[in-house]
Amino acid sequence: MDSLSVDHLTGIKNLTEHDIQLIFKTADSFKEVINRSIKKVPSLRDITIANLFFENSTRTRLSFELAEKRLSADVVNFSAASSSVKKGETLIDTVNNILSMKVDMVVMRHPNPGAAKFLSERVDARVINAGDGTHEHPTQALLDSYSIREKLGSVKGKKVVIVGDILHSRVALSNIYCLQKLGAEVMVCGPTTLIPKYIHELGVKVEHDLIKALEWCDVANMLRIQLERQDIKYFPSLREYSMQYGLTKKILDQLSKKIVVMHPGPINRGVEITSDVADSDQAIILDQVENGVAVRMAVIYLLASKIERQ
Amino acid sequence: MEKQVILNSKHFELTINRLCYQLIEQHNDFSDTVLIGLQPRGVNVLERIKSRLETILGHEVICGKLDITFYRDDFRRRETPIIPSATNIDFVIENKRVVLMDDVLFTGRTIRSGLDALLAYGRPQKVELLSLIDRRFRRDLPIQADYVGKTVDTLVSERVSVEWKEIEGEDKVVLFTPETNG
Repeated sequence: MDSLSVDHLTGIKNLTEHDIQLIFKTADSFKEVINRSIKKVPSLRDITIANLFFENSTRTRLSFELAEKRLSADVVNFSAASSSVKKGETLIDTVNNILSMKVDMVVMRHPNPGAAKFLSERVDARVINAGDGTHEHPTQALLDSYSIREKLGSVKGKKVVIVGDILHSRVALSNIYCLQKLGAEVMVCGPTTLIPKYIHELGVKVEHDLIKALEWCDVANMLRIQLERQDIKYFPSLREYSMQYGLTKKILDQLSKKIVVMHPGPINRGVEITSDVADSDQAIILDQVENGVAVRMAVIYLLASKIERQ
Repeated sequence: MEKQVILNSKHFELTINRLCYQLIEQHNDFSDTVLIGLQPRGVNVLERIKSRLETILGHEVICGKLDITFYRDDFRRRETPIIPSATNIDFVIENKRVVLMDDVLFTGRTIRSGLDALLAYGRPQKVELLSLIDRRFRRDLPIQADYVGKTVDTLVSERVSVEWKEIEGEDKVVLFTPETNG
């Protein structure tokens, strides 16, 4: 008998280590479920979930939708591109309209940092943050740590380096919180312009040399350069970035130990990692995607159990 | 709480023995039969029966564990969610004769969930139920056991607890009765 300390999942920052372990333990059971011949359980038969995506997404959206359907929840999808948001409706109005149709839970991706927290304080539904601007992407961090736990046995004491566009990455911030809560050491690596100035205050190491960072770590999480969020030039060219921070098979083979390579997707092959690295046996990129469904099922299941029955 | 032992360790062993011979009567050499224990406490019944059966038969019997958490009918009716245990069924149940096992049969709701959970793995030829204790006349659903260790008549307010040598230190079944005023 156990439950989460929060009513909404707006960020990893608000979770306790116990919450994270509880989500992992529940996800273990769901991972078994999604590998059965009948991949569906009836737990959330009477729950309706709205997926609100005010920003593009393929993987996260599919992953959430599959997780919801495998729990037998009813699902409605909404994307900003084809909605009344374009006609000038506010976020709260949009969501309250959807909630009047008796929706119990909202999964939201939004370009503005803090959008999920803002919503959770103002509407009568459970809110799951599926990415809010450059702030947090909690379920991605949970599935990343879950994948490390699966591959290496535990997260505690492991050294993880996050490489790339730390400044614009919600995956980086959520991962830092999650890994630290689970007792891992975290380093960020990238060009000076893409490392936030005060990041050391989060207790992470900063390294600008990729080889040194990789020699230090057990796990490397390679992030994508988020060109769509970069309003100015942060480095001379993608080619130059790739020369200095791109992970190649040659670099990987020269390291003194075998490290685990992760990527939250979408991959820009040839930029942050080369094809032969992405497809190598050291990469657990597709395991991350599979675990994403199990972890999201666990989060939805645990939050749904807190919805009061009328 | 008043405590009363309704099955001591000597009778406990006799009961397990009897259940094993009853199973052999119906299932012969167990070539088409699999045993499945319901998590968490049905697994203890399963393990005890499995080890006794294998000693008698001289060969292995196929066994699995089934968790029913996601199939329960009381989700969101409880204060806190129930945390699932592991399911471990690494064989095909299609066309097999399945014996579900649990420690105490009370309202029948656990077994109902167990049947649902089982069907996610395929269509067995037949499903039977073995329960170490049957609290009869207390069913909420039309479910009965095929093999019963001991039948007891109880009040809803009473509690029946099966204790195991491996966990609690002694094999026994205890009936707890709340004390009444006067």
